Amino acid sequence: MLTAPQARGLYDPAQEHDACGIGAVVSVAGVRSHAIVEHGKQVLLNLMHRGASGADEATGDGAGILIQLPHGFFAAEADRLGFALPPPGGYGAAVVFLPRDGEPRRRCEELLADRVRHEGLAVLGWRDVPCDDRSLGQIARESEPVIRQLFIGGGGLEDEELERRLYLARKRAERHARTELGISPDEFYIPTMSCRTIVYKGMFLAPQLFAYYPDLADPRVETALAIVHQRYSTNTFPSWRLAQPFRMIAHNGEINTLRGNMNRLQGYEKTMHSEALGGDLSDLLPVLEPGGSDSACFDNCMELLVRAGRSAPHALMMMIPEAFGPAYHISTDKRAFYEYHAAILEPWDGPAAMLFTDGRLVGGTLDRNGLRPCRFLVTTDGLVVLASEAGVIEFPPERVQRKGRLRPGRMFLVDTQEGRIVEDNEIKGKIARQKPYRRWLEENRIELRGLFQPATPDTIDPRTLAQRLRAFGYTREDLQVLLAPMAANGQEPVGSMGTDTPLAVLSNRPKLLLQYFKQLFAQVTNPPIDPLREGLVMSLMAFTGTQRNLLTETPEHCRQLKLPHPILTNEDMERLRTAKRPDFKVVTLPAVFPVGNGDPGEQLRAALDGLVDAAEQAVRDGASLVVLSDRDVSPGSAAIPSLLATSAVHQGLLARRLRSQAGIVVESGEPREVMHFCLLCGYGAKAINPYLAFEAIHKLVAEGDLPADVPIGQLIDQYITAVKKGILKTMSKMGISTLRSYHAAQQFEAVGLDRAVVEAYFCGTASRISGVGLEGIAREALARHREGFGRREPGQLELDFGGEYQFRLDGEAHLWNPTTVTTLQHAVLQNEPRLYEEFARAVNDQNRELCTLRGLFELVPGEAVPLEEVEPAAEIVKRFYTGAMSHGSISREAHEVLALAMNRLGGMSNTGEGGEDPARYRPRPDGDSLSCGVKQVASARFGVTIEYLANARVLQIKMAQGAKPGEGGQLPAHKVTEEIARLRHSTPGVSLISPPPHHDIYSIEDLAQLIYDLKCANPGVLVSVKLVSEVGVGTVAAGVAKGHADEVLISGHDGGTGASPLSSIKHAGSPWEIGLAETQQTLVLNGLRDRILVQVDGQMRTGRDVVVGALLGAERFGFGTAALVSLGCILMRKCHLGMCPTGIATQDPDLRKRFAGKAEYLIRYLTFVAEDIRGIMARLGFRKFDDMVGRVERLSCRKAVDHWKALGLDFSALLLPPERSNGCALRRVRPQTDRHQDHLDWEILRRLGPAVEQGTPVQLDMPIRNIHRAVGAILSNRITRQHGGAGLPNGTIQITLTGSAGQSFGAFLARGVTLRLVGDANDYLGKGLSGGRIIVETPPGSPFDPKENVIVGNTLLYGATSGELFVNGLAGERFAVRNSGAVAVVVGLGDHGCEYMTAGTVVVLGRTGRNFAAGMSGGVAYVFDDRQLFDTLCNLDMVDLEPVHLAEDLAVLEDLIRRHLRWTGSFQAKILLDRWRETAGRFVKVMPIDYRKALERLREREQVQGDAEPATEEVYR
Amino acid sequence: MANPTGFKQFSRVEVPHRPVSERIQDWYEIDRPLVATVLDQQAARCMDCGIPFCHAAGCPVRNRIPEFNDLVYRGRWREAAENLHSTNNFPEITGRVCPAPCEAACTLAINDRPVQIKHIEYQIAERAFREGWVVPLRPEGKTGKRVAVIGSGPAGLAAAQQLARAGHEVVLLEKDDRLGGLLRYGIPDFKLEKYVLDRRLEQMASEGVKFEPGVEVGKDISAAHLRRRFDAICLCLGAGQPRPLSVPGGDLAGVHLAMDFLTQQNRRTAGDTLRNGRLPLVTARGKHVIVVGGGDTGSDCVGTSIRQGALSVTQLEILSQPPEGANPETPWPTWPKIMRTSSSQEEGCRRMWSVLTKSLRGQDGAVCELSACRVEWVAGPKGWQMQEVPASDFTLPAGLVLVAMGFLHVVRTGLVEDLGLQLDNRGNVVVDRWMTSVPGVFAAGDTVRGASLVVHAINHGRLMAAAADRWLRAERD
Repeated sequence: MLTAPQARGLYDPAQEHDACGIGAVVSVAGVRSHAIVEHGKQVLLNLMHRGASGADEATGDGAGILIQLPHGFFAAEADRLGFALPPPGGYGAAVVFLPRDGEPRRRCEELLADRVRHEGLAVLGWRDVPCDDRSLGQIARESEPVIRQLFIGGGGLEDEELERRLYLARKRAERHARTELGISPDEFYIPTMSCRTIVYKGMFLAPQLFAYYPDLADPRVETALAIVHQRYSTNTFPSWRLAQPFRMIAHNGEINTLRGNMNRLQGYEKTMHSEALGGDLSDLLPVLEPGGSDSACFDNCMELLVRAGRSAPHALMMMIPEAFGPAYHISTDKRAFYEYHAAILEPWDGPAAMLFTDGRLVGGTLDRNGLRPCRFLVTTDGLVVLASEAGVIEFPPERVQRKGRLRPGRMFLVDTQEGRIVEDNEIKGKIARQKPYRRWLEENRIELRGLFQPATPDTIDPRTLAQRLRAFGYTREDLQVLLAPMAANGQEPVGSMGTDTPLAVLSNRPKLLLQYFKQLFAQVTNPPIDPLREGLVMSLMAFTGTQRNLLTETPEHCRQLKLPHPILTNEDMERLRTAKRPDFKVVTLPAVFPVGNGDPGEQLRAALDGLVDAAEQAVRDGASLVVLSDRDVSPGSAAIPSLLATSAVHQGLLARRLRSQAGIVVESGEPREVMHFCLLCGYGAKAINPYLAFEAIHKLVAEGDLPADVPIGQLIDQYITAVKKGILKTMSKMGISTLRSYHAAQQFEAVGLDRAVVEAYFCGTASRISGVGLEGIAREALARHREGFGRREPGQLELDFGGEYQFRLDGEAHLWNPTTVTTLQHAVLQNEPRLYEEFARAVNDQNRELCTLRGLFELVPGEAVPLEEVEPAAEIVKRFYTGAMSHGSISREAHEVLALAMNRLGGMSNTGEGGEDPARYRPRPDGDSLSCGVKQVASARFGVTIEYLANARVLQIKMAQGAKPGEGGQLPAHKVTEEIARLRHSTPGVSLISPPPHHDIYSIEDLAQLIYDLKCANPGVLVSVKLVSEVGVGTVAAGVAKGHADEVLISGHDGGTGASPLSSIKHAGSPWEIGLAETQQTLVLNGLRDRILVQVDGQMRTGRDVVVGALLGAERFGFGTAALVSLGCILMRKCHLGMCPTGIATQDPDLRKRFAGKAEYLIRYLTFVAEDIRGIMARLGFRKFDDMVGRVERLSCRKAVDHWKALGLDFSALLLPPERSNGCALRRVRPQTDRHQDHLDWEILRRLGPAVEQGTPVQLDMPIRNIHRAVGAILSNRITRQHGGAGLPNGTIQITLTGSAGQSFGAFLARGVTLRLVGDANDYLGKGLSGGRIIVETPPGSPFDPKENVIVGNTLLYGATSGELFVNGLAGERFAVRNSGAVAVVVGLGDHGCEYMTAGTVVVLGRTGRNFAAGMSGGVAYVFDDRQLFDTLCNLDMVDLEPVHLAEDLAVLEDLIRRHLRWTGSFQAKILLDRWRETAGRFVKVMPIDYRKALERLREREQVQGDAEPATEEVYR
Repeated sequence: MANPTGFKQFSRVEVPHRPVSERIQDWYEIDRPLVATVLDQQAARCMDCGIPFCHAAGCPVRNRIPEFNDLVYRGRWREAAENLHSTNNFPEITGRVCPAPCEAACTLAINDRPVQIKHIEYQIAERAFREGWVVPLRPEGKTGKRVAVIGSGPAGLAAAQQLARAGHEVVLLEKDDRLGGLLRYGIPDFKLEKYVLDRRLEQMASEGVKFEPGVEVGKDISAAHLRRRFDAICLCLGAGQPRPLSVPGGDLAGVHLAMDFLTQQNRRTAGDTLRNGRLPLVTARGKHVIVVGGGDTGSDCVGTSIRQGALSVTQLEILSQPPEGANPETPWPTWPKIMRTSSSQEEGCRRMWSVLTKSLRGQDGAVCELSACRVEWVAGPKGWQMQEVPASDFTLPAGLVLVAMGFLHVVRTGLVEDLGLQLDNRGNVVVDRWMTSVPGVFAAGDTVRGASLVVHAINHGRLMAAAADRWLRAERD
C-alpha cells in the first residue's frame, strides 16, 4: 500500500497544509430524508473548484460527507447480513479503514472488537462497505484501504453515555493498534464510531465520492443533516484518513498555532481527569492522534472536551473564542466567560470556517477575523444550507426565506431536536451564564496592580553598566539604531535594502543565540493579520500561574496572574517577588554558568540540567511562577543564553509533566529587540523583564541620545509600547491573533544550530542544516562575557559599533562593501570584464569566507566542454529578471532604465506593486520599450487595471517579499508625488501602506481563484507566485503548482529594497538555498515540477550564484540590489527617507536629476554574469543551461570549511537528489492545463457576436451558477485589446444574468459593460473593477427584505480603480477594500468596510459592521446613521465624520441614491428619497483627514493662479 | 543622522585661507577655521551612509567619520573627541596635513561636493585641546615589559603612545635634537605649527613615554645594546633615502634636496641659530627658484621659497597635466588624479607639466640655468612610456634648484644593516604581522611601506603597537 512519504531531505510531511470548501444541509425540524444526501451531493459538486487534484489530475485531495446513522438502511443491511440492530439510538456504527493485507486486517478487526467488548458493548456484526473504485485516480487507488463497518450494540446504554463508551473504545483501539500491533494510523483508522453519525470519505474529487460509495445513492439512506467537505492540500500524497469531515467537524482554514496547542494539551495530560470518562485516562493519551492534520487535531481536542461533558458550542467557544477586546461592545457575562476560559485554554488560532455537529445540533462558527467565507440560506420549508459559497443549491426565489452569512466570531446553530434555529446571542448567553464565571473571575484572578506592595526604584549601577552591556553583546548600534528610536517614538525602527551580513552560524563575531532563529510567517495557506488596521481582534493579554484540570471548571481555575502584556518593568518584578499570597508563590532561579577552565559546553549543559532540576523542585514545592534570572552575572559567572534557559525549562517541565503547574518569567539582560521578546514568548516565557534594556535607556538619556525633558518612565513606557507593537506585528505575520496562542507555539526555524541541541532544548523546531552545538553556544557566551569583563584596548570606545545595519571596518562583514560596490560599478562604467571578474572574485571569496551558504558549496567539475559549444550569453540572459521595485519606491528614471535594459536584453523587469504608466505600454519609435514584462499584483492592487493586466507577459502575485515577509509594503508620504498618486489612484502626500494579506487570498484555494481570475484577464499570460524562503515553503510551492500557477519564485530572506522594520529585515525568512532546495525536492517528489517554472532571487550577484541556484533547481533568476548597484546605488540604506543621493530611491525632483544610471550598465553587468555562467558551464561540462537545472549532485560541500562554527553544518538534506521514482522531470517541460475552456465568457462572446469588436450596443440574458467564476474578465480583456484602456462608452454591452454568481463576478470589468445580476453573488465581486458597472438585485418574488439579507459576499471591489456597483442587499466583510476609484451604493455591510480605500465614493443605506474606514486615506463614504452610533463602529484613526450639509455633497448623495433606485429598484432607496429632507440629515460623511488636506492643497493651487506648486512640495522642505 | 536633508540644504564651504599678501609675510598657519554655525551645517551634510566609503575606503586609520560628524552636528563635542581619538592618535595633525582621501571617497563626491571631513576633524581635535579633554590616558596596570621605539615621526609617536597605554614601559629614541621627525622638520609651520606637536608630546610624557632625542641608534648606541635593554624594538625610521637628481650639473652649488632646504627653514622658524655646518645655509631670497617635482614636498618648497623672498618660483613636473574636474580613469571613490592647486602654488608659482630636467649649468660653481625638454606619455605594453618630444628643449634661469623628486626607501646603513633586516626588492623592510625578520624587532610606517602619508604612518604605528603588545603578552604567559 502506497503511503505518504516520510521526512526526506528537506521535505517534511509535518509542513503540509490544507484548505477547502465546506457545506452543510439540515432539516431544521430534524426530518430525515434521502433528499438531504442528494442536497449534500449537490453542494459538494458545486464546490469542486475549491478543491484540488494531484499530479495525475484524477486523484482528488479528499472529499467526504457526514450524515446521521441511516437506521432504516442499516437495519435492512443487518438483516441481510444475518444480525439484528437494536432500535435507533441503542447501537453505534463504526466505519473502519483497514489494512489491505489479510493478516494485519484480521488483527485490527480483532483488536477493535476486543476493545468494544471491553467497554461493555456488544459486537453485532461487520459489514463490507460496497466500494466502486472505477473512477478513482491512480494515486488514490494505490492507497485505497479496505473499508468495513462495524455495528455495536449499546447494551442498554443510550445517547451521551453510549457515545462516550464508543469514544473510549475507539481511542483505546487506536492507541493499541499503534503501540501493540505497530500499525500506523495511515493503515488502521476509524473515521467515525458513533451512535448518531457516520462519515463516508476518501481521496476523491467530489463526484468520485458518490460513485465510490453506492450506499449514498440508496434511497433508504436518510438523514436530517449532512456535512460535506472538499479538500485542497498542498501535496499530492495519498491520505484517505485526512479527508474530512472528521468526527465532529469540517474545517475550512488553518490552525496556525498548532504546535503551541499541542504542547499545552500535552502539558495538561498529567492533571487531566473526568468523572464522565472514568478514572484512568492514561491509555487514551495522547489526546491528539499522531500524524493528524491541524483540523484532525482540532477535532480530537473538541471531541475530548465534549465527551468529558461540555456541550459542542461551549467547546467551540473555548477553542475559537470571538474577540472580546475593548473595541467590542459585548455583554459583561460573555466577556467574563471568555476571560475565564482564557486562563484555561488558548485559542486554536487561524482562519477557520468550522462546521460542527454532535448528531443533533448542527452549527457553524467563524474565527474572530472572519477570514473564511460561510454563507447560509433558510428556505420557507425549513431547510438550512450553510456553505463556503452562496448558490451551491439552487432554489426558486420564492422558496428562499432568508439569506445570510456567518460574521466574524459568530455562531449559527440549528437544533434539530428542538426544531429551530438558535441565534448566536441565545447560544452564547446561555453558555456564558451556565456558571457564575464573572464572580469566579473577580474573586480569583490576580492582577499586578492588585498585589499592593510598594515598588522600589530601579536599581541601576552605572559603574558596571558598560561591562554588562558588553557581556550581553550590546553594541552602539543596538543602542542608537534600535533602543533610542523605540524609546523616543514607541515604534520599531525602519531600514532599507535587505541584509547582507552573514548568518549567525557563519559570523566571526560572537552572536546571541537569539540570532540563530528566523521567524516563520504566513504565506498562501493562511493570511497574515493586519495589526495596524485590524488590531482590534488581537490581544496580548494572558494568564499565568498554576493551571488546573482541563476537563472541569472551578473558581480556582482562574486563580492566575493576569498580564495585560508580557513585558514587566523592574517595579513589576519587585511587586511579584514581594507579593505575599499564600497560593501564589514566586521562585527566582539564577540562569548563569561558571566561567571556568573546563569544557565550556559541558559546563553549560550541567548548568542547564541544574536549572531544570531546580525548576522542577520549585514547582513541586508549589511555585506558581518560576523566574529565570541572569542578574547574577559577574566576572565569575556568565549568563546562560536566555532563550536556552527558557526553552530548556519549558521543555523540561513539559517532559516531566509539570508544565501546567507554573508559569515562566524571564528576567534577563539579553532581550532588547522585538525578535528577542517574540522568541522568548514563542519558546515558553509568559513574561519578560528586560532590565538591561531599561538601564540602557537611562544611559541614552544621560548621554543626550534621548530627550532629557521627557520623564524616563515615559521613555520606558514608549519602549515597551514599541515592543508590544512589534510582538503584535510578529504574531500577525504568522496569522496569530492572541499572545495566548502564540505562547510556546514555536513559530521559528533555527538556521545553523546543531540538531541535537534543537532536539534537546527546542524540540519541534526545524533546523535543517544543523550547526553549532552546546559547546559553540557556550563559547560565544563566554566570548561576550570576556568582552564585558576582560581587558580593553587602550583608547577603545566603551562599546563596539556592531555594524549589522551599516558597514564598519571593525564591524560585521557585509557582502556589499566598498570593494564589491566599486568594482562592479567600475566594471560596468568602463565595460571592463576584468573588473567584473575582480568583483565576482571578491563576492565569491567573501561568500566562501562564510557569508552565505552557497559559499560553502563546491561545484563538482565534469568533463569540460569547449566554451564555444556552450549556449550563448544572449540566450542565458533571457532567464534574468530584475527585482520587483515599484515606481514610487524608486524614481521614474531608475524604473524606466531597468525596463529598457531588460527589454533590450530579452529578460524582464518587474513593475513592483505600484502600477505602471499606461504610456509605457506603447513601444517607442526607436523600437525600445519601457513596459515591464512582469507586472506585479500585490496586496494593495495599486494600478491593477484590466489594461495593466492585459499588457503583461507575466503576472506576478506577490505573496511575500524577502525584506518583510508577512507584511505589506510601505511608501512614505514624501514619496507619493502627484505622478505616483495618479498611477496608484491615491492621494498625493499621503503615505501608502499595503495590507499585509491579499484580501482575496486567505487560503490556498483563494490563491487558485486569483490565478484563475488573472488568467481570465489575460488569457495566455504566465502567472508567477512570489514566495519567501522559510521552512515549509516547498509544500506551499506544491500547492501553488496545483493552483495552476506557471512559475513560483522563491525569494531569499535577505533581499529587498523597500522600507521595512529592522526586525523583519534581519529575522524573517531563511536563505534561498534552503527554500529553493526544499521547493525542488517537494515539487519533484509530488510529480509537479514538470509544469511549473522555478525562479530564485535574493542577493544574487555573480555567475557562480546563478549556477548554484540552477543546480539546486531554479531555471530563472532575479537580480535586485546588484542591478541597482550597476546603475549607481551605493547602499545608502536610506530608501525609506526618500533622500537617495544617487537619484534611485527618491521622488525628489532635485535628487532624481542626480540619477546617472544607463541601460548599458545593467546590460553589461548581466552580460558579464552570463559570460561568467558560460565559463562555469564549460568547466562543469554543460552545453545547455536547461541541462544544469536541478542537477544537485553536482554540488558538494566544501571540504575545507575551517571555521569552528561552520564545522557542524550538515548540508546532506539540502543536497539530497530528489527521489524520482515517479519519473517527474527536474524542470518545467510542459504548460499547466488550461482550465478556462468552459468559461462562461466564451459563450457570452459567442452570443455577443461582433458587438465587442465594433463597440455596438447590445443586450443579453443568461442564467448563471456559482461554478461560473470571474464572469466578465475575459470579455473585458477582449474589449481592452480592441479598444484600449478607455474601453467602450458606458452601457454599450448590457448583460443580465440570473442565478447565483460564482466568485470574482465582474472582475476587472472594463468600461462599457454593465453586468446585471438577478440573484446573489459570492466573494470578490467587482475585484479590480476597471470602469464597468455591476448591479446586483434581488430576484422578483423573493419574500425576504433586502435590508436583512446578504446577497453578496466578502471583499467586494477589492482594488477597484473605476466603475460602479449597486447592490440591493447586504454585503459581507471588507466591502470596497482598497477601493481606489469606484462608486458603490449598498444597503448594508459587514466589518472593515472601506478599509484602505484611497479614492472613490461609497454610499451605505443601512448599517455597517465594526472598523469601518480603517486605513482609509482617500475618497469619501456616506453612511446612513439612523441610530447615531456609527462613530462607535467607525475606525476614527484616519478619518473624520462630517455632517452632510453642503449642497454639492447632498447633490452627489442624492444622485447616487437615485441611480441605485433606478438600477435596483431598491425599496430602501425609495424610502430615503421619499422623505429626503428628513433622511438626508441622518447621513454622515466619512472624510479621510489626509484626503481633505490634499483637496485643500489642490484648491489653494487652483486659486493661486500661475503659482503652480505641486501638492507634495511641502514634503521636500 | 540627525538631519537627513542636510546635504540638500547646505553646500560645501571651503576653509578660507588668510589672504596671500598677508600670509607670505609670516610662517603661521594659513587656515581660518570655519565658525561654529557654518561648521554645524557642514557636519549636517553627512548622510550617514549604509556603507560609509569615507571610513571604509577613504580613511587609512578607519576614522568613524559619520559618527563624529553626527556628534558634532548635535553639539556633543566631547564624545566626538573620544570617538575620533579611538582610531587616531593625532587628529590635530591629520586635521591639518592629510590630503583627505576620505573626502575623495565621500559618497557626496559622486555628484556633489564632499563633506568637510578633514576640517571637522581639525575642529574636534582643537576643541578637545582647548577644553582640556586631552588628558593622559594611563594604563590600569603595568606589564613590566620594556619597548624601544626608534624614530619619532608619526608612526613612532603613535606606536609609542599605544604601547605606553597598553602598560609597557616605552622609550622613544630620536636621532634629531627634537621629536617629531618629518612632522617637526619636514612640514613647514605654515601648514603645521610646532606647538601642535609639543602639546601632544606633553600628553605622551604624562602617559609615561620616555623621550630620548639626539640619540641615533646604530651610531650613538648599538643595536645589540638596545636589544639587551628592551623586550621589543619598534622601528619607525621613515623612508629617508631621497631620489636624487642625476643629471649633469646635479652637484653644483645651489642645488639642494628639498628636505634639507625645508629642515633649515623649520629650524629657523623654531628660533634656532643656524651655524654653517654640514650643509651650506640656503635661502631663496632674491633668487629664481626651480622646484623639480610636483608633489607635496615640492609644494612645501614653493611656499617656503616665496616666504623667503624668491624672485620667482617655477615648479617642474615630469608627468602630464591631469585633467580638470574629473578623471574617468580614477572613478569614485578612488583618489582622483585631477588638476589641483595647493595653497603654496596659489601664492605665486609657475607650474610646468611634462618636463624632463636634462642638465644644469653653473656659473662660478653655482647653478644658474636649468635645461629641460618636453616629454610625452604614450601607452605601451608595460603601461605608460615616456618619450622626449624632439626639439622641445628649453632653458630656465635658476638660482636655486630644489630637488623634490620623492624618496626611495629606508636608509639602509646603520641600524637596518646592523640588525640584518630582510628587505624587499624595493628596499623596504619586510615584516610579517609587523615583525621584521628579527624576532622581537617590529617595524612600521614608511620603513615598511615606502614614503607615504602621515595618516598611513599613524595607522601603521597603531597596528604595529597592537601586534607588539600581543607578542609581548604572549611572551609573558
